[in-house]
Amino acid sequence: MSTHIADSHDNVPAVPNGSAAAAILSAGIGSFVVALLTIAADQSATVKSLLSIYKPTGALSGVTTFAILVWFFAWAVLEWRWHGRNLSLKRINVIAFTLLALSLLGTFPPLGDLL
Amino acid sequence: MAALAWLTVLSGTYIVYPWYRAAPPVGAANLTAFPRSLLLSNPATRQWHLIGMEWKEHVAWLVPIAITMAAFVAIKYARDLKHSPALRSALYGFVGTSLFAAGVAGFFGAMLDKNAPVDGGPTIRLVQGE
Repeated sequence: MSTHIADSHDNVPAVPNGSAAAAILSAGIGSFVVALLTIAADQSATVKSLLSIYKPTGALSGVTTFAILVWFFAWAVLEWRWHGRNLSLKRINVIAFTLLALSLLGTFPPLGDLL
Repeated sequence: MAALAWLTVLSGTYIVYPWYRAAPPVGAANLTAFPRSLLLSNPATRQWHLIGMEWKEHVAWLVPIAITMAAFVAIKYARDLKHSPALRSALYGFVGTSLFAAGVAGFFGAMLDKNAPVDGGPTIRLVQGE
């Protein structure tokens, strides 16, 4: 991904936009993982049980905890890779918005149930 | 705003939601203290839980993720926003989506509470009945 995205310029910013790109894409990834785990917990009793790390809240506790961990991990890795670089934000935005749209659709129960 | 978003989803998930989904004793006839079971017990209100609550509890978590990212970018790139349409698009897109998600969560929260008020635990009452 980085070979295509890296080092092309929309408008050269005063501060390299790599950190922004890392934050934007990781937010898309974190959102998508919320939907992914929501669907997985809904489809599988085993996954639902594994994600119930705090019983009073049920699987929601695991869904959100693991999604936040994945989000932070993705942010840290992307920040490490892209810090100080200028990237094509348009491509990053397309990927992040796609993930965000899928997360909205995936958390909507009637659509999640179709999978 | 980001701090408030985190406070809202954390309190909703770990304080209010356990009250909402508390299981009634076996054979309980009066379900008013158990909102989830109350909604599911009636075909007319069942979808409030199956669609409303199921969507609300998950979609609300997109808000702190999006708003935290937006806050980070807006603070770090305050001077670049004016000259970077792509950066502004990312912020508008994520903030707009988070407003929509917050609206969904707020709407269903209000409607769910109208149909099955969450009374809270033994010492803290969020809604006082008659």
